[in-house]
Amino acid sequence: MADELMLEIVTPEKMTFSGKVEEVTIPGTEGEFGVLRGHEAFLSSVDIGELNFIQDNKKAHYSVNTGYAEVTANKVTILIETAERSDHIDKDRALKAKDNAEARLAQIAKDDVEYEKMRAALARAIVRLSVSEK
Amino acid sequence: MASLKDIKRKVSAVQKTKQITRAMNMVAASKFKSSQVRMENFRPYAGKFMDVLNSLALRVNTMSHPLLAVRDPKKIRVVCMTSDRGLCGGFNTNLIKATERFLKDKSSEGKEISLLSVGRKGRDYFRKKANIIGQWVDILSKFDMTLSVSISDDVIAPFIKEEYDELYLIYNQFVNVSVQRPTIIRLFPLPSIGQDVDVDADKKLDYSYEPSEEILLKKLLTMYVHVLVFRALLETSAGENGARMAAMDNATSNCEDIIKSLTLKMNKARQAAITAELMDIVGGTEALAKG
Repeated sequence: MADELMLEIVTPEKMTFSGKVEEVTIPGTEGEFGVLRGHEAFLSSVDIGELNFIQDNKKAHYSVNTGYAEVTANKVTILIETAERSDHIDKDRALKAKDNAEARLAQIAKDDVEYEKMRAALARAIVRLSVSEK
Repeated sequence: MASLKDIKRKVSAVQKTKQITRAMNMVAASKFKSSQVRMENFRPYAGKFMDVLNSLALRVNTMSHPLLAVRDPKKIRVVCMTSDRGLCGGFNTNLIKATERFLKDKSSEGKEISLLSVGRKGRDYFRKKANIIGQWVDILSKFDMTLSVSISDDVIAPFIKEEYDELYLIYNQFVNVSVQRPTIIRLFPLPSIGQDVDVDADKKLDYSYEPSEEILLKKLLTMYVHVLVFRALLETSAGENGARMAAMDNATSNCEDIIKSLTLKMNKARQAAITAELMDIVGGTEALAKG
């Protein structure tokens, strides 16, 4: 197919995904964006969120942590610190992490150094939960 | 000469030791293999990351970033990365020695030094000798990027707040199974990037950036610290298991040597006992014949 797009998802642990896809949606820092073949070359920061792509008319969902995406006309390279496919997510762990973060956030002040960390942990847990439902 | 029974007991004791060292050797070998695979898997990430960071650094004035700020180094922090467990030859000893020498040099220059310790062995050694302000212990048997992020976060924030001026990382660079080289690298201020690299002309695409280059660079520099720390962790883990493999291999062959020499001793003792008994019998029959 002419309108195919190479997608690579690279994490420090391994090459999580490498293959041809039809479309990919990336949670950028400035908002979610979709990429099709022939996209303008650009580099975007990626935030905690849900990444998905369509391969052979099937949609795959990943929960991702912070990183960046490099987009060229026929290739998307995503470097992120963690990426988990929806069916690999440990729901119980995510639920526990969410409860933990919520409990901790209720205790500490907003200007605490820990606050940002906990907020990120909570966001991560929520995303993982919602992705695991898919 | 030790009695036959004593030697026998010793042989069986050494044999048991040998079983243990051989088992440890095999465990270390399998762990070593998996940490080597992780190092392999990390390479594409690190490589791609450096490409992008360098090409970005070429476009943006990198000197403005707080992680690159050079200050007169009065307060220094050192991250010392050892293993959690012992029995791995000179792996930790060499690293601790190198760290101690480094600390001595720096403190003789009148700098104020604090230590952050990754790994139990370094923490235990420096507990009373240095000012330890942060520690991560019992983590190396199973770790991932989050450990590297947590270490990095703990050093980045105070550096930006100018609570200290320089950060060094001391770890064992993995050369091969039997060679691990203690290495000292300066983490902060980060050495300038993108200066002496030739970026391929075709790689030098005109990107548009989202958000702006400066914000992106800031984020990438933080990730760069994660990458450096993670690489050091991987090398430490591979080096530890490699060193343990070699040490246990040596121990096993030493056990074999001891068993061999003890068995020889045992046989001699047994023969001596038989000879003595024969002499007794011969003496007895001779005495009887005379009588």
